[in-house]
Amino acid sequence: MIRLEARPEPSKLFGWASPLIAVVATLIVGFVVFTALGKNPVEAFHAFFVKPVESLYGLGELLLKATPLMLIAVGLAAGYRANVWNIGAEGQLTMGAIAGGGVALAFHGSESMLVLPAMLVAGAAGGMAWAAIPAWLRTRFNANEILTSLMLVYIATLVLSLLVHDHWRDPEGFNFPQSKMFTETALLPNLLAETRLNVGFLFGLAVVFAGWLFLQKSYAGYQMRVAGLAPAAAHYAGISAPRTVWMGMLIGGACAGVAGVGEVAGPIGQLLPSVSPGYGFAAIIVAFVGRLHPVGILLASLLMSLLYLGGESAQLNLALPSAVTGLFQGTLLFFLLAADVFIHYRIRVARRHRARVAI
Amino acid sequence: MTLAHAPASDARAPRLALAGITKIYPSVVANEDVDLDVAPGEIHAVLGENGAGKSTLMKIIYGVTKPNAGTIRWEGREVTIANPARARKLGIGMVFQHFSLFETLTVAENIALALDRERAGGDLATRIADVSTHYGLPLDPGRHVHSMSVGERQRVEIVRCLLQDPRLLIMDEPTSVLTPQAVARLFETLRRLCDEGCSILYISHKLDEIRALCHRATVLRAGRVTGTCDPRLESSASLARMMIGGDLPHPQQREAKTGEPRLVIDGLSLDADDPFGTTLHDIRLTVRAGEIVGIAGVSGNGQKELMAALSGERTVERAGAVRLMDADAGRLDAEERRALGLAFVPEERLGRGAVPEMTLAENALLTAHRQGLVRHGFVAQARVREYAADTIRDYRVKAGGVDAAARSLSGGNLQKFIVGREIRQHPKVLIAAQPTWGVDVGAAAQIRQALIDLSNAGVAVLVVSEELDELFEICDRLAVIAQGRLSEANDTAATDAEEVGLLMSGSFIAAGAHSEREFSPAGAIGS
Repeated sequence: MIRLEARPEPSKLFGWASPLIAVVATLIVGFVVFTALGKNPVEAFHAFFVKPVESLYGLGELLLKATPLMLIAVGLAAGYRANVWNIGAEGQLTMGAIAGGGVALAFHGSESMLVLPAMLVAGAAGGMAWAAIPAWLRTRFNANEILTSLMLVYIATLVLSLLVHDHWRDPEGFNFPQSKMFTETALLPNLLAETRLNVGFLFGLAVVFAGWLFLQKSYAGYQMRVAGLAPAAAHYAGISAPRTVWMGMLIGGACAGVAGVGEVAGPIGQLLPSVSPGYGFAAIIVAFVGRLHPVGILLASLLMSLLYLGGESAQLNLALPSAVTGLFQGTLLFFLLAADVFIHYRIRVARRHRARVAI
Repeated sequence: MTLAHAPASDARAPRLALAGITKIYPSVVANEDVDLDVAPGEIHAVLGENGAGKSTLMKIIYGVTKPNAGTIRWEGREVTIANPARARKLGIGMVFQHFSLFETLTVAENIALALDRERAGGDLATRIADVSTHYGLPLDPGRHVHSMSVGERQRVEIVRCLLQDPRLLIMDEPTSVLTPQAVARLFETLRRLCDEGCSILYISHKLDEIRALCHRATVLRAGRVTGTCDPRLESSASLARMMIGGDLPHPQQREAKTGEPRLVIDGLSLDADDPFGTTLHDIRLTVRAGEIVGIAGVSGNGQKELMAALSGERTVERAGAVRLMDADAGRLDAEERRALGLAFVPEERLGRGAVPEMTLAENALLTAHRQGLVRHGFVAQARVREYAADTIRDYRVKAGGVDAAARSLSGGNLQKFIVGREIRQHPKVLIAAQPTWGVDVGAAAQIRQALIDLSNAGVAVLVVSEELDELFEICDRLAVIAQGRLSEANDTAATDAEEVGLLMSGSFIAAGAHSEREFSPAGAIGS
């Protein structure tokens, strides 16, 4: 008989091993899926995981797409550790893009070197403002931030859509719903020739490092962990619950907002009706695959980025539908949550005690 | 049902006989080759320190866990107790130390759940009221459990068991929440039960009670039986020696030198923050430097609310209602009051006094961060670990080191750690709620000694406890809380348990001031 047995202490080994188990299990599912679709699995895996990063350009794309994921996921992790469930990073990203893009359009053609920093500040402020709404609703009315932050995603998308269809539409854009292209000073400088990789990546790394300092080393980060693990203990120690909610939401909002600016001032270069292929939602998976730890998040963002690229490559080379990306993301999260059981439990094959058992 | 009422296969056979019971958990051997037998109508004590394996043994008898080896005989025949329902069918009732109640249900609903169909019927609310008043355990059947204090919850457990007409009643530390008069009443009840032929397994660390009540005692140490004796023929000291394998430390004499007022509660009134809480009325008390003041009372009379108002977990409108070191502290939060020199040991250890999942080092940081453990906003790891290690060493905490999770410690050891963590911050005022609740005698003596030492060093100490013996042992003055009101604090030497017991029942409350928590025995059941 096989049964699960509670571990006396959570396993540190499985804290790190369970993401790897999840990755392996996801690959096995991929193998089955590809085979069922009549594709050669080896060829499919090659198209999915190797082809995208064979060239320098491909590597640049990998880091480019990993940048918003790591930025957002680190910000979300701060909240998640404190049981502040910000699900609306996609909306905060969109608001950040709107605020940063608004600055770019307002100073269109300006030669000032201050345009880009102003955009980043505006983007962070936009994301924070959008995150402040669920924070206020939670602290004032005890409204569930999972619902409110998620609903605000759709509002943010509609606001962006309104702007690019109307007020900010490029008059010379042949009636397409898009803004003017940003000018040189409003774009993130390129980092690596022959790729699209820009300095936003360095910004992402800096935020990962800052997140590591905050979450692992700072007293404020410790207080947020206490608030998440034992609210009564936080209350007892004088850690303010509303402050925890505000910090968790605002840090997540600021990071998502900056990621939004990174998109419109980077690969996109203008405002479009959609500025993100769901980075805000994928970052939730990244945060958990990375164990809410900045180093883990850095690695997980690269993995998730590869899944995005692999999905595109699979569409081109294998004529697979685009849903295959979402399928892999979902499968990965599913197996991760399942593998997490091993952190607190171990499998034991029960032996029967024959000696004097009357039971 | 048939089995429960069938005649015993052998009238002489013990009601319950355990032989060679062994229970192994992944990290610890809880019971090893334990033999125990209980005669019909016998009150049998099971003695042992925390972690000695008493609770595990009781869980085996009650069918909560299964032993790895050994046999259980019930009235002479070998039985398998697969689950508590089976145990109840045999006629075994149990009052747990850690309560098994559903917080979202009412008292009556919780009791109905544990009873079988015919017993749970119709007039249950009346029967609950009858039994609870009969045994001096007042209960409102319509109240929700989540709003009840620890002591009140235990009352539900006791009444629930008594309603099942058990033939073996297991009681795990049942008297810690009762007034002396109520303990005396409960003992009468238990003696009546045993005269009627019911056997009782009585687990307690209160040696005096065991000597007064029990016919026989089985002593456990580290999971093994170390002896069986007649407690009526033993002294408390000899029982304690069997239990801990050594002598108990005796508290040193107090040197009463009191100084300036450090904690002044000046007309504190506070509405209950939940519908079933207790409203505090005009509480007045002064605690001076170098004295220990105790607050006695039956749980649920406003202790929880008073503690929250003093610790800063709840703030009060009038800043002057609570004064610390001459500063108006009523509106300060917990952190600000700590900055003034307050330290607080809460009643709940896991989840409030300590974060269960965090290590002891991280838990040291919870309140001790002002001891140079945080620098420029960053955690000074080495100092945190040193603080935790020193606390573990000075207070003889049995733990796997500073990286052990708080929840891996036994209740007594975690309490020692929390008390040590608070005391080592050199507070000016220390407030301790139930400092030795559920703690074994050795650890309790150590904690009491630490409190005495602290007051000798000039700290003002306020202890809230339901254990009168403890309060009489360590306090200079003693006040009683009842129905949200506090009596005057009298010199401990000038009062006795009898008088305090009367105060605990609310005798000091003026006739005009009626009870806030009106009690309706036939409260709405089934609503």
